[in-house]
Amino acid sequence: MNNPTLKIQIAGVELKNPVMTASGTFGSGKEYSEFVDLNKLGAVIVKGVSSTAWKGNPSPRIAETYGGMLNAVGLQNPGVDVFIKEDIPFLRQYDTKIIVNVSGKTIQEYCEVAEKLSHADVDLVELNISCPNVKEGGITFGTNTAMVEQVVKEVKRYCKQPLIVKLSPNVTDITEIAKAAVSAGADALSLINTLLGMAIDIHKRKPILGNGMGGLSGPAIKPVAVRMVYQVAKAVEVPLIGMGGIMNGEDAIEFILAGATGVAVGTANFTNPTATIDVLQGIENYMQRYGIGDINTIRGNLR
Amino acid sequence: MKHIREADILKNQPIATDLWEMVVEAKDIADTATVGQFVNLYIGKGELLLPRPISICEILKEKNSLRFIYGVVGKGTKELTHKAVGEKIQILGPIGTGFQIKEEIQDHIVIGGGIGTPPLLELVKNLQGNVSVYLGFRSEPILIEEFEQLGAKVYVATDDGSAGIKGTVIHLLQKHTPTAQMIYACGPKAMLAALAQWAAQKEIPIQVSMEERMACGIGACVGCTCKTQKQGEEDWQHLKVCKDGPVFWGNEVIWYE
Ligand SMILES: Cc1cc2nc3c(=O)[nH]c(=O)nc-3n(C[C@H](O)[C@H](O)[C@H](O)COP(=O)(O)OP(=O)(O)OC[C@H]3O[C@@H](n4cnc5c(N)ncnc54)[C@H](O)[C@@H]3O)c2cc1C
Ligand SMILES: Cc1cc2nc3c(=O)[nH]c(=O)nc-3n(C[C@H](O)[C@H](O)[C@H](O)COP(=O)(O)O)c2cc1C
Ligand code: FES
Repeated sequence: MNNPTLKIQIAGVELKNPVMTASGTFGSGKEYSEFVDLNKLGAVIVKGVSSTAWKGNPSPRIAETYGGMLNAVGLQNPGVDVFIKEDIPFLRQYDTKIIVNVSGKTIQEYCEVAEKLSHADVDLVELNISCPNVKEGGITFGTNTAMVEQVVKEVKRYCKQPLIVKLSPNVTDITEIAKAAVSAGADALSLINTLLGMAIDIHKRKPILGNGMGGLSGPAIKPVAVRMVYQVAKAVEVPLIGMGGIMNGEDAIEFILAGATGVAVGTANFTNPTATIDVLQGIENYMQRYGIGDINTIRGNLR
Repeated sequence: MKHIREADILKNQPIATDLWEMVVEAKDIADTATVGQFVNLYIGKGELLLPRPISICEILKEKNSLRFIYGVVGKGTKELTHKAVGEKIQILGPIGTGFQIKEEIQDHIVIGGGIGTPPLLELVKNLQGNVSVYLGFRSEPILIEEFEQLGAKVYVATDDGSAGIKGTVIHLLQKHTPTAQMIYACGPKAMLAALAQWAAQKEIPIQVSMEERMACGIGACVGCTCKTQKQGEEDWQHLKVCKDGPVFWGNEVIWYE
C-alpha cells in the first residue's frame, strides 16, 4: 500500500502524525532527544510551566502501583521566562509542533503565562486545569463548570495560539466539564489527566508520597480514559487528544476509535524511553494490516 | 542515539540473606562509567513499569562487565533473582553524577551502611593514599575482605553485635575519632544526616550518595528530588537525584524539613 496518511489537524494546526508526549513525562524533550528522534513526533507537549518558578512537593514524589504509578511532583518548573529563553529554541531545532502546558494557582497566573506565550514561538497552548497535586489552582478549576468557563474565557483573551483545555477525570460527569470548556472557547480538549490516588506504606503506617496523595497514571487507568474520550467525543465537536496508559500502537488505536484525533504517551516513556516511536510504528502496522489509507477515517468509527 | 541495551548475565547468585550479586556484560557502560554512578534495570514484567536504579559496585573494564549487589526487598528485586546466567537483562547506563576524586587528597574516610556499601568498593579502588572504611550492618557484614584486599583499614559495626562492635557506624566513629581530608558515604538517609553533622563538626568535607524513588531515571520527570542549598545561594532548591546526584555534598543537603 502507498504511504498511509497520518497527518491530523488540531484546531487548524497540522501535525505530521497523531503521536505526542504527555505533559510532565517528557520534560521539554531534551533528555529524551538522546533516545528519540523528535522530528518523528507529531508534537511535543512540554511539562507544565507557571508564571514564576515553582519548587514542587516534598519527596518521595513517585510510587509504583499495580500496573500504574502515583506521582506528586507538584509542577516543579523554572517558570515561563526561563522556558521561553531556553526550551523553545531547543525544540525549534526539530521539525515537530510545540505544545506548552500552562499551570497556575490563580486565574491571573494562568493569564500571565498565556500572555507571555502569546509572543513566543509555540504552536498550541494546553491549559492544565486538572492537576491533582497542587493545593490551590489546578484541579479546583477543572472540576466545576462555572470555574472552567471563567478560567477558559479569561485565558482565551490573552492566548494568541489555539487553546487546548486538559480535563480532569476526577469529576462525576466529564461531558459537563467538556461542554463548559468548549462553550467558553476551548479549541480542543485533552484527556485524561491523572486520577487522584493514594498508597500507604504499611510498615511505616504512612503514605508513601511526601504529599500524601498523588495522581495515578499508566495502563491501570486506560479503560477509564478510553471511556471518557468516548463520552466526550459524543458530547462536543472539537478535536480531542486522548491519553491515559497508552503503552503501544494498539492502545493508541483504541483511543482513536473512541474518538480521539491525537494521542499522547506519558508513563510509557518511563518503562521504555522510545515508547513514542514504538506507538507510532504500532499505529502504522495497524493501518497496514487493515488497509487503512488515512488515520482520520477511523476516528470514532466503531462498528 | 542512546538506548536500553540487552546485557548478558554472567553471574547471579545469593551472597548473604536476601542479598544477591549480579555480573553482566556491558562493554559500553563499563568503558564510560565513573565512580558512584548507577544503572537502570528494566524488569519488563507486565505490571512493573518503572526501572530499578542499582549502583555499580565494580566496573570490570578488562572483562567488559559490571558488578551489582542488590537487596531483595520487593517485587522487582525478587524478579531479578529469577534471572539465570545466560539470560539477558535490559539495562541503561551509566547514569548520574558520582563521587569526585581529587588527586591531591591522600587521606580518606569511606562510610557505608548496609546495602549502601557496594558502590564504595569501586570508589576505594580509585582512591590514592590512606583509606579507612567504616561499615555498619544489621547483622551480616559483606565485602569486608574485598575492601581489605584493596589495602584499606576496615572497621565494622553490627546492630546485633554478631560482627565488629555492637552499634552503628556513628558509634564506630565516636570510638576511633578518625580524621581525614575527605569523607565519602552511602547508606540510609538517617545515617547520612548524622554523618553530615559529624563531618561538619570535624570540618571535613563529605560527599553523600542519596537514594530517592524514581520514575524516568534520566532527568526528565523531576520525580526524584533532593532538597539542597548550595554555598552562597540565597534559596534552597529541589535537585534531581538521578542527574545532579546521586552524590551530593553533605553540607548542601537540607536534611530536615
Ligand atoms: C541511585 C540509587 C542506587 C541504588 N543502588 C542500589 C544498590 O546498589 N543495591 C540495592 O540493593 N539497592 C539499590 N538502590 C535501591 C533500589 O533501587 C531499590 O531497593 C529497588 O528499586 C527496590 O525495588 P523492588 O521492586 O524490589 O521494591 P518495591 O518496593 O516493590 O518497589 C516499588 C517501587 O519503589 C521503588 N523503590 C523501593 N525502594 C526503593 C529505594 N530504597 N530507593 C529507590 N527506589 C525504591 C522501586 O524502584 C519501585 O519503583 C538504589 C537506589 C537508588 C536511587
Ligand atoms: C510524573 C508525571 C508528571 C505529570 N505532569 C503533568 C503536568 O505538568 N501537566 C499536566 O497537564 N499533566 C501532567 N501529568 C499527566 C500526564 O500528562 C497524563 O495526563 C497522565 O499521566 C495520563 O497519561 P499516561 O497514563 O500515559 O501517563 C503528569 C504525569 C506524570 C506521570
Ligand atoms: S527519576 Fe525522573 S528526573 Fe529523576
